Amino acid sequence: MSVLEIRDLHVTVGEGDDAKEILRGVDLTVRSGETHAIMGPNGSGKSTLAYSIAGHPKYTITGGTVTLDGEDVLAMTVDERARAGLFLAMQYPVEVPGVSVSNFLRTAATAVKGEAPKLRTWVKDVKTEMAGLEMDPTFAERNVNEGFSGGEKKRHEILQMRLLKPRIAILDETDSGLDVDALRIVSEGVNRTRAEGDVGVLLITHYTRILRYIKPDFVHVFVAGRIVEEGGPELADKLESEGYAAYVKDSNEVASAEKAAAEVASA
Amino acid sequence: MSAENTTTTLAGELFAPGVGAQAGPPTTPAAGTGSAGQATPGSHSHGGPARTGSPAERLTSTDPDAFGVPTGREETWRFTPMKRVRVLLDGAPSDAHPSWDADLPDGAELSRVEADDPMLKGLPEPVDRLAALTRQRADGATVVRVAAEAQLDRPVTLGFSGAAGDDVVWGQLVVEVGAFAQATIVLDHTGLARYSGGVAVLVGDGAQVTLVSVQDWAPGAVHGGQYDTVVGRDATFKQVVVTLGGDLVRLVSNVQYSGPGGSADLYGVYFADETQHQEHRLWVDHAVPHCRSNVLYKGALQGEDARTVWIGDVRIRPAAVGTETYELNRNLVLTDGARADSVPNLEIETGEIVGAGHASATGRFDDEQLFYLCSRGIDAETARRLVVRGFFADVVQHIGLPELQDRLMGTIEARLGALPGLEEQPVEVPA
Ligand SMILES: Nc1ncnc2c1ncn2[C@@H]1O[C@H](COP(=O)(O)OP(=O)(O)O)[C@@H](O)[C@H]1O
Ligand SMILES: [Mg+2]
Repeated sequence: MSVLEIRDLHVTVGEGDDAKEILRGVDLTVRSGETHAIMGPNGSGKSTLAYSIAGHPKYTITGGTVTLDGEDVLAMTVDERARAGLFLAMQYPVEVPGVSVSNFLRTAATAVKGEAPKLRTWVKDVKTEMAGLEMDPTFAERNVNEGFSGGEKKRHEILQMRLLKPRIAILDETDSGLDVDALRIVSEGVNRTRAEGDVGVLLITHYTRILRYIKPDFVHVFVAGRIVEEGGPELADKLESEGYAAYVKDSNEVASAEKAAAEVASA
Repeated sequence: MSAENTTTTLAGELFAPGVGAQAGPPTTPAAGTGSAGQATPGSHSHGGPARTGSPAERLTSTDPDAFGVPTGREETWRFTPMKRVRVLLDGAPSDAHPSWDADLPDGAELSRVEADDPMLKGLPEPVDRLAALTRQRADGATVVRVAAEAQLDRPVTLGFSGAAGDDVVWGQLVVEVGAFAQATIVLDHTGLARYSGGVAVLVGDGAQVTLVSVQDWAPGAVHGGQYDTVVGRDATFKQVVVTLGGDLVRLVSNVQYSGPGGSADLYGVYFADETQHQEHRLWVDHAVPHCRSNVLYKGALQGEDARTVWIGDVRIRPAAVGTETYELNRNLVLTDGARADSVPNLEIETGEIVGAGHASATGRFDDEQLFYLCSRGIDAETARRLVVRGFFADVVQHIGLPELQDRLMGTIEARLGALPGLEEQPVEVPA
């Protein structure tokens, strides 16, 4: 049983005068066995939230806390967070020239498990998982993400999640750019992980499409750096028919009202 | 398609957004690395109204005096530490020639020709004084012949192990591969030597040739050399240059095409430690139609006064319609006090090409790559080693000879320090 708790998280990007606040007080709790969907328009800060939890150096935490089972995640290095059980499937996975997928997976598994996995069972596990994601075996010999199609990159992210068995998995727009087949394959991979164990899933998406395959327990609407509405799966249906327009308008008004209030306060 | 539409400097596109110091355009010194990536954007002529006319022809001659005695201010010598290359440039005659330790598969022959052999007259000419001196002092040439249509069952390996003599060793090697033959030739330089060697590769029509040149010298070695390749009609040539050892290595690689449909891939990897100078100058001359060239050189530098120079000249002459060319140089600066120069230079004299591009970047580690690896639980130190190892393997894996690849990666890893848990993992050959 694990719990990821995000409290009043504030995050900026950029240095000095260029610093820009992207996350403006995010509160969210994800427990083992739960699937949370975060839905929001482009530029609302969804990836910023994901990267901040994972510890990307580009983002500066200016306030709030993130804990995993009470441990201070923000005090951990990037690799410590992964070893503590956090996993981020990235929206834009990175190419690593000259490093083969098989080397990469085995090195990562060794790091996360604390010892090198037994070669025999490991090779079998990798093969099984690749087959489950309908990936060609020659994939293992290619360089990490190099020359991968969009769909191959996303399958590779889910393959890593399957093999590293995180406690909390954050999937940042894993559905974007996938055709229907790939979306189904990737979703089934996620659902296998959900069915097998006590993983908590934070599913970040722009579209409702993936929610037909992966049923969320909770839906959060994310606009302008914070959660503006929460509900059950029915909220996704509402978004599907009405879009984000209502929230975006509201949030602009809220933001400008707050700005005005702050100016008054500091005057 | 016009050249204007297809010619691009792709440095910015080669890296993920936000990479920072590594992603600067070639003219921008990498921020905070103490090293500069240089380029000569002014020398492009991309066709169209901005054209400045044909560039000067490059001087070639078999007569050393045609070049004069370099002072170090000349374009071809301005990056070279003249004091350290003097030992070769002084041109002291000697009877020392490389004694090649040869492994010859069936279908390949080794012989020696005299200085007056007509074959030598037909070789591409030297492009600088050192190369001209070398042609003279070599006093003939060692010749490797691969019969037409031969399919060698293993590479031709020529090993030269320097024996630490004071005399300059002068050599000229000619590799002649007959039409439609397939051959790989490995030149393996080890030991301590002062060596200047010319290498000419004549690739017959439709032949497929790989030339690997390994500079795994002992500390203190000085090596200069001009490599020329003439790529026949519809022939395929691949060169892989790996420079790891020695005090100073300065190699000039020239490629020309004798008929349409030729293809050349020039790969290089270099790793300069404290005080090492490694210079690689390339010149690809597209003068016939429908040929392609691809250049990929990657280098890493560590330690005080580690110095690398990469010059990539590609010329597309008016007759070379249908040319496709791309060149890329990347330098990874691992510590302060090292300096990498990188000068890509593309001259395009016809608009009727398929594509032409170049990119050059010099910098530190790619933060996005490190973040990606660390986000999978891999500690920062291991991630760095994986990235550097991958940086080299990316080129080394083009050799296609697993044993040699493993040896070279082993040497590289030893110089990077032990890579825990990864030593036994082979470099994979791309499918
Ligand atoms: N490095 C950066 N510098 C400046 N602004 C950035 C940077 N990264 C992201 N942003 C801005 O932060 C906002 C949120 O981006 P992001 O988290 O990627 O949104 P989403 O994932 O919801 O589309 C956007 O306005 C984006 O332009
Ligand atoms: Mg995003």
